[in-house]
Amino acid sequence: MIPSSRSMALAVAAMAWCVALPAWAQPTSAAAQLQHWEAAAGAPGQPARGKTLFTTKAGNDLSCASCHGAPPTAASRHASTGKRIEPLAPAFNAERFTDQAKVDKWLRRNCKDVFSRECTAPEKADVLAYLLSLKP
Amino acid sequence: MRGVLRNALLMMAGCAALAAAASADEHEHRARVPMLKAYVQECSGCHIAFPPRMLPAASWQRVMAGLATHYGSDASLDTATVNQISVWLNANAGTGRRVREAPPEDRITRSDWFLRKHHEVAPGVFLRPSIRSAANCAACHAGAERGDYDDDGVRIPR
Repeated sequence: MIPSSRSMALAVAAMAWCVALPAWAQPTSAAAQLQHWEAAAGAPGQPARGKTLFTTKAGNDLSCASCHGAPPTAASRHASTGKRIEPLAPAFNAERFTDQAKVDKWLRRNCKDVFSRECTAPEKADVLAYLLSLKP
Repeated sequence: MRGVLRNALLMMAGCAALAAAASADEHEHRARVPMLKAYVQECSGCHIAFPPRMLPAASWQRVMAGLATHYGSDASLDTATVNQISVWLNANAGTGRRVREAPPEDRITRSDWFLRKHHEVAPGVFLRPSIRSAANCAACHAGAERGDYDDDGVRIPR
């Protein structure tokens, strides 16, 4: 079927709407996130420190690795529900760290799950440096 | 500049794919309640998007009011999204005789109908590393992501 001009117009409108909603899908990248949190911390992220933070169990007997695996370069399983979780390291999953709102939301939630508080700027820089250091 | 352009193009492609997926969904599952996009997006990160008919409205209301302490996880969301999902869950919650009563802790897996349906499954089976939890529907129900829980499609992994 040849797409009607009306459906074409609708498609164009839908795309324009998507692009015009920066709060809903503001694009970002792992490298941009690292840069942002390094600037906020005033120091470069350290992969080794990030690795320790990522794999150490905190007060709730959970670490980031409990759900994301260690290293988080392959699909893993959620610690309590068993649901498949796609790889977290950006070199192994191009979708990771591409949506600002999603990044903010999950960092907030997961830091609270593991550490019972939000993570600091240096901690976020370290973890991003660690995740970016993982290569195929 | 090139990066900005590439991101914009990626996003447009993503939006187009989303629109196509949404319309395909409607055609394939007209008989079932189509899943609210925000519900799937926000609730299926840690577990599958459970069909709203599996809990009564009272349970969904409590679940949505307590997202910051959601079965051991912080699942908090912005107010607008919480409201949008709550309205949809309320409209599509279970109403039949089986689902009318709220299960303990508002857990689907502790509902009478759930326990009855799974009475042949030995207790240890849910704890297998390949399954891990009774909430991991998709481990045995291959069609769970599509809302298909038919007995015929069940395959219990070792």
